[in-house]
Amino acid sequence: MILHEKYLKFREKVRDFADKEVAPRAKELDIKGEFPWDLIKRMAELELLALYVPKEYGGAGLDVLSYAIAVDEIGRVCGSTGIFLAAHSSLGVYPIYVAGSEEQKQKYLIPLARGDKIGSFGLTESNAGSDAAGTQTIAKLVGDEYVINGSKRFITSGEVADIIIFTATKDPSMGYSGISAFIVEKGTPGFSAGKKEDKLGLRGSITSELIFEDCKIPKENLLGKEGEGFKVFMATLDGGRISIGALALGIAQGALDASVKFVKENKKSGKPLKKSQSIQSMIAEMATEIEAARLLIYQAAMLKDNDMPYTKEAAMGKYYASLIGMKATDIAITIHGMLGLTKEYPVERFMRDEKLMEIGEGTSEIQKIVIAREILGKR
Amino acid sequence: MDFDLTNDQKMLQDEVRKFAQTELVPVAPEIDESGEFPWKNIKKMAELGLLGIIVPEEYGGAGFDYISLAIAIEEISRGCASTGVIVAVNNSLVSYPFLQFGNEEQKKKYLPLLCKGEKLGAFGLTEPNAGSDVVAMESTARLEGDHYILNGTKRFITNAGEAGIFVVFAYTNKELKHKGISTFIVERDTPGFSLGKHENLMGIRATANCELIFEDVKIPKENLLGKEGDGFKICMNTLDVSRIDIGAQGVGIAQSALDEAIKYSKERKAFGQPICNFEMMQSMLAEMATQIQAARFLVYYAGHCKNKGMTRFSKESAMSKYYAASIAVDVARKAVQIHGGYGYTRDYPVERIYRDAKILELYEGTSEIQKIVIARELVR
Repeated sequence: MILHEKYLKFREKVRDFADKEVAPRAKELDIKGEFPWDLIKRMAELELLALYVPKEYGGAGLDVLSYAIAVDEIGRVCGSTGIFLAAHSSLGVYPIYVAGSEEQKQKYLIPLARGDKIGSFGLTESNAGSDAAGTQTIAKLVGDEYVINGSKRFITSGEVADIIIFTATKDPSMGYSGISAFIVEKGTPGFSAGKKEDKLGLRGSITSELIFEDCKIPKENLLGKEGEGFKVFMATLDGGRISIGALALGIAQGALDASVKFVKENKKSGKPLKKSQSIQSMIAEMATEIEAARLLIYQAAMLKDNDMPYTKEAAMGKYYASLIGMKATDIAITIHGMLGLTKEYPVERFMRDEKLMEIGEGTSEIQKIVIAREILGKR
Repeated sequence: MDFDLTNDQKMLQDEVRKFAQTELVPVAPEIDESGEFPWKNIKKMAELGLLGIIVPEEYGGAGFDYISLAIAIEEISRGCASTGVIVAVNNSLVSYPFLQFGNEEQKKKYLPLLCKGEKLGAFGLTEPNAGSDVVAMESTARLEGDHYILNGTKRFITNAGEAGIFVVFAYTNKELKHKGISTFIVERDTPGFSLGKHENLMGIRATANCELIFEDVKIPKENLLGKEGDGFKICMNTLDVSRIDIGAQGVGIAQSALDEAIKYSKERKAFGQPICNFEMMQSMLAEMATQIQAARFLVYYAGHCKNKGMTRFSKESAMSKYYAASIAVDVARKAVQIHGGYGYTRDYPVERIYRDAKILELYEGTSEIQKIVIARELVR
């Protein structure tokens, strides 16, 4: 894909960081289930945590395309670090940036953008995943405070996050119109982290349950207007899909890179693997599909940068990148043979990490429904 | 080909299914997590005759046919993929070559031990630099007086860490290429034979997969299986049979993924109804069930070819293994998908099933090798 000089330079900078600092840590983050505090600090120094947020709010003042490039490059070497970046930027920073009041932006956006605080987004519940209107967490206005009761599940960075945006409803029978978005800070009485998930992949990222028990939050922590929670999270997810698509893409690229290296270095029956037509066929398919996915995602990012509708394109990018990403990581293991199944090579980690991309921030089934709805109309 | 199972086959299926569901399913998550070899269940399976399914009763086996073998491996793998491959290896990679190529003394000495689970078998073919490319093996055995002196390293050997009897391939004459490979029976406690690295695998984590190291190991001459130079033939013939087993393992793993997906889709509600009501879910379930049934028939057909005594059924066996492996990976992926975020956690079995499935496309000949075998028969 042809990118403007400034993006190429930016990509160079992120790639350099990813190769030199993130890649050497990826294996142990996965095996030990270690959260990448050190890398987060470095990403903050490199101003990667709020790329499209204006400088006045502590961001880098770049755009969504730069953000997609950054997630792509980091995902290429480490899915766990990639998902942290994607969740922090798209789910922690973004909703406050689009829906927050000036006070909220000053108070929360600046420390998030600078990496002094970690952000997270609590939407999913045990019984409300794809079906977000099924939210059962209750927010009751009592005087100047909202009293929150309920729980959230599968929340990326949940346990370590300082600033959490979450959704709750006035009354579950109201469906979407009863849902509002709120901000809660770590340490608020009645708010705690529950079970930490033991996951297939992305094992260096933290996924937790969040529990609200008569948790009181000040009225000014309402994000947007009452009843606008659905709007806030739909906008958040549209943007989030670009980042999950970019992460799926990055992991797929990592699988391709590892495969190319492997077939150049190894022989079978005395013949270099790269001379085998079966191998060539696999490499060609992977590379073509990855390029197609990249174009879809960068297109969605550019539409967003130009304030044009991008819901369909973001869904397409996420759906397609995760689909071909699963295939690419699977083929990469096949190319490595039995070695690909062991922890000596990164490809089995790539495959485990990639699977989340078909599930998180809307499953592939939901993406297809979104795409079809955009094409066929809502009614 | 008869599409109905015989009464004996149905009874076996029933019995193994009951055993697998009550004994294997509950421990499968634990042994995946700990990597502990499931000896207790292996002993129980020995009592049920499942360690020597195709071995005649006179050698301590159960005396069943090859479709029965596939049925049993499918049901065991449906309960636990690690246990499935442990049993498959003991049956088709170890007992089978004894049965087919061993002399009477070898059969009498080793088969009862293998069938009763007193000693478990392992198959040492793959080497660090010789996987699909068998002829590239570097292990050698030279005859000195009454013994062969074995040297070399084998890698990715299922059961290795816990096995007592090893079928090992090595060159007795490197110049003859594939006609210079021979097969040996090596017992675990032979001096000079040690275990190397225990593999840290993505799936089938309870299978004691280790490296074998042979340093001037003295093997008595009578432990040669078949004749000198028969090794390649023995290995190819054995793999034809074991691919039926791995195909059956694939069907079992895929079936367990479908079982879980159906159960979950009926329990889980979204948008006010169980998700099994949604056409997108039904489409996945229908594809999964169809793929599994097609794979099962390919496996049975390969078993049927072997039952009939066909000497060449490489194509049928390669097709069954290739297809079952490919659909198992796909079916497991869909099962995780149907579970959504829950499928990504270790709270549900599909996460493990998904990791277990991938090996099917790699061992006992990668999918690429199976396609080459199939294509070679087509254009020969």
